[in-house]
Amino acid sequence: MKIEGTVWKFGDNIDTDVIIPAPYLITTDMGELGRHCMEGVNATFAEKVRPGDIIVAGKNFGCGSSREHAPMAIKGAGISCVIAEGFARIFFRNAFNMGLPIFESSGVFKGIHAGDQVSVNQDTGKIMDHTNGKRFFANSIPPFMQELIEAGGLMSYVLKKRRG
Amino acid sequence: MPQTITEKILAARAGRDHVVPGEFINVPIDMALANDITAPIAIDLFEESHVECVFDPERIALVPDHFVPNKDIRSAVQVQAMRNFARKYRIKHFFELGEMGIEHVLLPEQGLVLPGDVVIGADSHTCTYGALGAFSTGVGSTDIAAAMITGEAWFKVPESIKLVYHGQLGKWVTGKDLILYTIGDIGVDGATYQAMEFTGDVIKALPMAGRMTMANMAIEAGAKNGIISPDEVTLDYIEPRAKRPFKCYTSDPDAAYSEVRTYDVSIIEPQVAFPYLPENTRSISAVGTIPIDQAVIGSCTNGHIEDLRLAAGILNGRTIDKNVRLIIIPATPTIYRQAMAEGLLEVFLAARGIVSPPTCGPCLGGFMGVLGPGERAVATTNRNFVGRMGHPSSEVYLANPAVAAASAVLGRIGSPEEL
Repeated sequence: MKIEGTVWKFGDNIDTDVIIPAPYLITTDMGELGRHCMEGVNATFAEKVRPGDIIVAGKNFGCGSSREHAPMAIKGAGISCVIAEGFARIFFRNAFNMGLPIFESSGVFKGIHAGDQVSVNQDTGKIMDHTNGKRFFANSIPPFMQELIEAGGLMSYVLKKRRG
Repeated sequence: MPQTITEKILAARAGRDHVVPGEFINVPIDMALANDITAPIAIDLFEESHVECVFDPERIALVPDHFVPNKDIRSAVQVQAMRNFARKYRIKHFFELGEMGIEHVLLPEQGLVLPGDVVIGADSHTCTYGALGAFSTGVGSTDIAAAMITGEAWFKVPESIKLVYHGQLGKWVTGKDLILYTIGDIGVDGATYQAMEFTGDVIKALPMAGRMTMANMAIEAGAKNGIISPDEVTLDYIEPRAKRPFKCYTSDPDAAYSEVRTYDVSIIEPQVAFPYLPENTRSISAVGTIPIDQAVIGSCTNGHIEDLRLAAGILNGRTIDKNVRLIIIPATPTIYRQAMAEGLLEVFLAARGIVSPPTCGPCLGGFMGVLGPGERAVATTNRNFVGRMGHPSSEVYLANPAVAAASAVLGRIGSPEEL
């Protein structure tokens, strides 16, 4: 499967408080969370982002709280995937569990620019910047987590196993 | 095969001789925790699954502590969902106001988490219970929903970093300063995916409150868990509280670590973490002149009775600067009553501070002390990200309770030595 979209750039250590500030944690509605996505770091992002756009960030993306509202807000804003130099571990886990595609790849922060057209091949892990012609490869996903993805997230995996 | 305490706990609970860092395992859990922000998502997912009952109503803890006492109608609705769920599935450990405390202080206090346990919580500071010698880590709401069905959780076995502390602690240097200093050293992603194991003479002599403060902030270095091998200090704390059997594990001397760091604490001063990352630490003598508008003493990091005593020791007989608002938050009702019995509340009120009921409130900019544009706070909390305590242009400086109390008196960030 291929994801393609326009890039929004964010830096290192983008924390869950700027992804979705705490005052908005009074809802579990993905669309509503999406309307405040990244408000702590870019007040007009949620207004300007278009469905299918891609986030490219530096290291330690999603550090801080365990709020699943963070990947929900990103998904709710219409972002198709997040590509980063590295992810904080709870965010990484949450994204897999709830089905937000994320890719870890070194060099993407320097190599990809805001506004570039980027595609990701989910099967091969190939990341292509069509604006400047640069190519990157995402770190491979551990087999167990691949199983989670194939099952359609943790809840489907658990319920499928339970039914035997 | 020599193993760390983290590996031993995970192996034991997985029914294995040993586990190896990097492998994926499925493990039965001893406790699953969620709060008023994270539980509603888990409850929705659980109900959507049409499973008839939870795996064990005694091994789930639901603690509405973030926006409680309900700050508005929508937070009231979230707590209602928890309350209804707790009643429907007979969840034993649901804490209403009056019994409710900040989750990571409340659970150990109530003996609900014990040495050797595997605990998951839909709150990043769940790593606090590592101070008791448990494997304990923050996860998301989906993990809690799945665990409420299966009683299990999946983990990648983490590598461990060994952090050894030796030397003589300075007068105003606490567990908070040791962990801030360590985060300043290794960075906010210095322990990502790994276990931080705190050891050494200084840790052995550290009271439980200080140990919990250290394990609590392991997440601020990106760690999966923080952990301390149980000893007599642990057992003195646990034995009067435990209502079920538990097992103490300790690391083998020749266990493998990804890294070993040794700190001479004699040279460590009280630490202050500047905005906007917990790694931006400075020694108190190098802070300069930072006027403050607010001081917050409390949170899952520093809302223990020991923290309140430390603050009261500074504030006794003094009043705070007229430009400062001081908010003190005992972490649990038990701590609140203890502080009252010891006369600490009188000291805080006489100093012109206010005392809030237990809540996470201001720590995450929820309520009970939100900052306006450009305002600065010194806080004993755990995060100083952009907008963490309120307006995106406000600033949070992290410190220990003695420094926070002294700063409230001085009107700027300063040391108790300056009073």
